Amino acid sequence: MKLRENNHVVGYVFTSPFILGFLIFTLFPIISSLYYSFTEYNLLEAPRWIGLQNYEKLFMEDDKIWKSFQVTFTYVFASVPLRLAFALFVAMLLNTAIRGVGAYRSAYYLPSLIGGSVAVSIMWSQIFGDKGLLNSALGLIGIKTTANWIGLPETALWTLIALSVWQFGSSMLIFLAGLKNIPASYYEAANVDGAGRMRRFFSITLPLLSPIILFNLIMQTISAFMTFTPAYIISRGEGGPLDNTLLYSLYLYRRAFQFMEMGYASAMAWVMLIIIGIITLIIFKTSTLWVHYEAKGEK
Amino acid sequence: MRLAGKQKSILYHIIVGGLALCMIYPILWLAASSLKPNDEIFSTAYSLIPSRLEFANYASGWKGFAGTTFATFFQNSFYIVVISTIGAVASSALVAYGFARIPFFGKSFWFGCVMMTLMLPHDVTIIPQYVMFAKLGWLSSFKPIIVPSFFAAPFFIFLMMQFIRTIPGELDEAAKMDGCSKYGIFFKIVLPLIVPALVTSAIFSFYWRWDDFINPLLYLNKPELYPVSLALKLFLDGESLNNWGGMFAMATLSLLPIVIVFFIFQKFIVEGISTSGLKG
Repeated sequence: MKLRENNHVVGYVFTSPFILGFLIFTLFPIISSLYYSFTEYNLLEAPRWIGLQNYEKLFMEDDKIWKSFQVTFTYVFASVPLRLAFALFVAMLLNTAIRGVGAYRSAYYLPSLIGGSVAVSIMWSQIFGDKGLLNSALGLIGIKTTANWIGLPETALWTLIALSVWQFGSSMLIFLAGLKNIPASYYEAANVDGAGRMRRFFSITLPLLSPIILFNLIMQTISAFMTFTPAYIISRGEGGPLDNTLLYSLYLYRRAFQFMEMGYASAMAWVMLIIIGIITLIIFKTSTLWVHYEAKGEK
Repeated sequence: MRLAGKQKSILYHIIVGGLALCMIYPILWLAASSLKPNDEIFSTAYSLIPSRLEFANYASGWKGFAGTTFATFFQNSFYIVVISTIGAVASSALVAYGFARIPFFGKSFWFGCVMMTLMLPHDVTIIPQYVMFAKLGWLSSFKPIIVPSFFAAPFFIFLMMQFIRTIPGELDEAAKMDGCSKYGIFFKIVLPLIVPALVTSAIFSFYWRWDDFINPLLYLNKPELYPVSLALKLFLDGESLNNWGGMFAMATLSLLPIVIVFFIFQKFIVEGISTSGLKG
């Protein structure tokens, strides 16, 4: 009996760094954020309660926020599927015992590793600039253009999407680990039955990988919604041209820390949280249709 | 049949290798541009080979801004990274052991909080945290960046728990028989056995801290305090706008520690991502 009591105390001693941190740096901020979202707060004066006004303004008056939604959704729904598709495709290519495959794995993974850095965002803005690597390479194959891909409203966002897709390496490694867990005997049996390449992919690979795809899909979607650094660096903190790279996180940052509208920005954060919650829920709910659990193997 | 196999393998290397080259080409281009004379960076942008090696770019970039050199920026980065990595790894190891091995009241609730924190978008907490640190008078110091890392990171807790679960429980039992307390078991038995997980966590912590941009952007407003990530941004501002060579040189230099650590610890990193199934 004494020992059991001990366990409770010891358990809390060990986990106290997390519990304290959670209360101070997560729970308390979440509650404060909800409170601020109903106030007008510029940091200098005390927050002033204004009820639902921030939310009304957000949905009724703020044109920029709709632009920002549109930009963010385009970014998320283009970059995440493309990224995962590339990741799976390359993981399948690399799932062999051919010599040198380890070096390839590193080469494909390296961009994800350095991808979040300012250096890469700067590099990207030079690659797609009017005299950058892309135009220079296009010139070599006879396409003369001086387009500034970063500066053109139609293409600016797509350069950010390309940057995100370029960083498919970490998803690729997770897929690769998943592919290695599929017993070779499944494929052998399918071969005996005369199943072709496509059939094997859709009947064996995809269903067995589906729990990993689900996990990747959710984590990547959340982090795509939070993308900030490349949009900030490439558009010099403005979200231009014509607000076409004004990702939601960047707009929130500007409202909060450039215009000092902490209340309004908190309301924005809550709207974002709810949207992400709904999307995650939809992914989870619909996953019962395509995620295959039984054959996950014993772990 | 044999020849067909060989042809297949050549074809494989052409496709997969070609694609891999495209993947790393931009990085090579960045490094190559840092050694080109200023006017050449954009006139022969497609080429990786400078007409002459221009090391002066490194000198002009290193000078930094308004008297603060990159020596200071690198020093700040290393300071932040080392302290917060030690904090994050040590605290997460304690917590991971608590969750993995000790049955206590409310454990599943608190573990639920770990998973929730893992998925919670940063945007929701960023404003109130800023307000909190402002009230504490911590702005324009490293404290808002370093202190929270001493309160365990969900990703590392998760990763270390995966490792602790692979340690047989009989080992704990045997130690208990010998009169070892839970604290003793943790320090003498579990900790030495999870060194690979500690190393993996330290590497990831290093990467995220090194690349972190938003926190320094929010909390540090004096160039003397800037880490490398934030300092690079200054090349894009105002007067420094035309020092392309210097910018490329410092950008390249800022990636160097990441790439070096990657090549040293490749195996840990790959396994860390694969086993935890989380983003890298």
